[in-house]
Amino acid sequence: MNFMASKQPENSLLGPESDSQRTLYPYVTGTSVVALKYKDGILMAADMGGSYGSTLRYKSVERMKPIGKHSLLGASGEISDFQEILRYLDELILYDNMWDDGNSLGPKEVHNYLTRVMYNRRNKFNPLWNSLVLGGVKNGQKYLGTVSMIGVNFEDNHVATGFGNHLARPILRQEWHENLSFENGVRLLEKCMRVLLYRDRSAVNKLQIAKITEDGVTISQPYSLKTYWEFSAFENPAQGAIGSW
Amino acid sequence: MDLEMNLNAPHSMGTTIIGVTYNGGVVLGADSRTSTGMYVANRASDKITQLTDNVYVCRSGSAADSQIVSDYVRYFLHQHTIQLGQSATSKVAANLIRLLSYNNKNMLETGLIVGGWDKYEGGKIYAIPLGGTLIEQPFAIGGSGSSYLYGFFDQAWKEGMTKDEAEQLVVKAVSLAIARDGASGGVVRTVIINSEGVTRNFYPGDKLQLWHEELEPQNSLLDLLNSSSPEPMNI
Repeated sequence: MNFMASKQPENSLLGPESDSQRTLYPYVTGTSVVALKYKDGILMAADMGGSYGSTLRYKSVERMKPIGKHSLLGASGEISDFQEILRYLDELILYDNMWDDGNSLGPKEVHNYLTRVMYNRRNKFNPLWNSLVLGGVKNGQKYLGTVSMIGVNFEDNHVATGFGNHLARPILRQEWHENLSFENGVRLLEKCMRVLLYRDRSAVNKLQIAKITEDGVTISQPYSLKTYWEFSAFENPAQGAIGSW
Repeated sequence: MDLEMNLNAPHSMGTTIIGVTYNGGVVLGADSRTSTGMYVANRASDKITQLTDNVYVCRSGSAADSQIVSDYVRYFLHQHTIQLGQSATSKVAANLIRLLSYNNKNMLETGLIVGGWDKYEGGKIYAIPLGGTLIEQPFAIGGSGSSYLYGFFDQAWKEGMTKDEAEQLVVKAVSLAIARDGASGGVVRTVIINSEGVTRNFYPGDKLQLWHEELEPQNSLLDLLNSSSPEPMNI
């Protein structure tokens, strides 16, 4: 007699799932995060969308948060796992402050901590379903790194998660250069975010851009980008064609 | 016709649940249908459950899962209140729901909306969907019926409504969802929470506004035939 419909399919090779804690699939997800190094530090952009499958359910989710004095964390993927990561980091920073020894965790250290957490969870087949971007400045040194849900981590002058890898990084490869001004950095990020808005189904037109420099973190107010639709080819694409296109 | 109804199918709450803040407090609303497969197991359920004197939760998804989570949180909040020496805040209640939902995400199937009033933050609504994300919002919708309400709320929601405006909005919304969602139905229940206390309201199906293609309910065809309107049998 079938009392409880378990979510395991009959032909599964997985062991009993009621006693294991493993994230099988994400529910509420954030899309791309894009970041780059500029003259004074790091610039990072992410929209404020929390998708629930194909529904654009939540439109005011903050996906970038400051960590301690020197770092900024942006996340895509499952929002509940991101909220849990923020709690872990809260504890990490708290303990660091409690030492009261004049030292504080820099972005490199936080990135390393996150890498270990993500990789160890992956080894237990219970990943935190996120792709993280960690940027910061400490003692004049700029740092920008990324970690994925399976523990792949690296640092670079510009990084992106999700769709951003395919749509934003080619733009950044062409147009990024050392010592970008704040204005040019913001314009470059907005160019990337606009393309993502056109081409990523889970993008939402409400974004924030965050800046981290030696002086600290600033996260902008939420705002929307203008989009361009006035190409003549858009007006009547099927004209002169037989059938609908 | 499917005569073999699966009475052992998990009791699920195809549901419509709503939580709305207004200036002064919150209004929670829900339908009253609990279904097992195609059968309506309970047509008058109460999906708005008390956690403390000032915090309530709207339950959706699996009836069993949502009940057990509410029961645990009520138990923890009771102890917390004793230790704290005053009423628990809606934020604490919401976080307890989140902890259970997040840490048991593989086993639970329940989406919850927590609403309450406390002296520190006033009226607050917290949504905790599947997966255990906690998100504070000026209003929240959930359950299978909520799919039909995203557009409605995008248009009808305004900041700074009065208590009556907020309650009318909630009743209208649940009623619209019931009209289109087979898994929602029955009566509309609302709970209003503010500094003065808690008020429960009940709107039976026949007291709600009629929507498109819905007709005024009659006792019998005979009443129509016997009335003065001409040719009632013509199609």
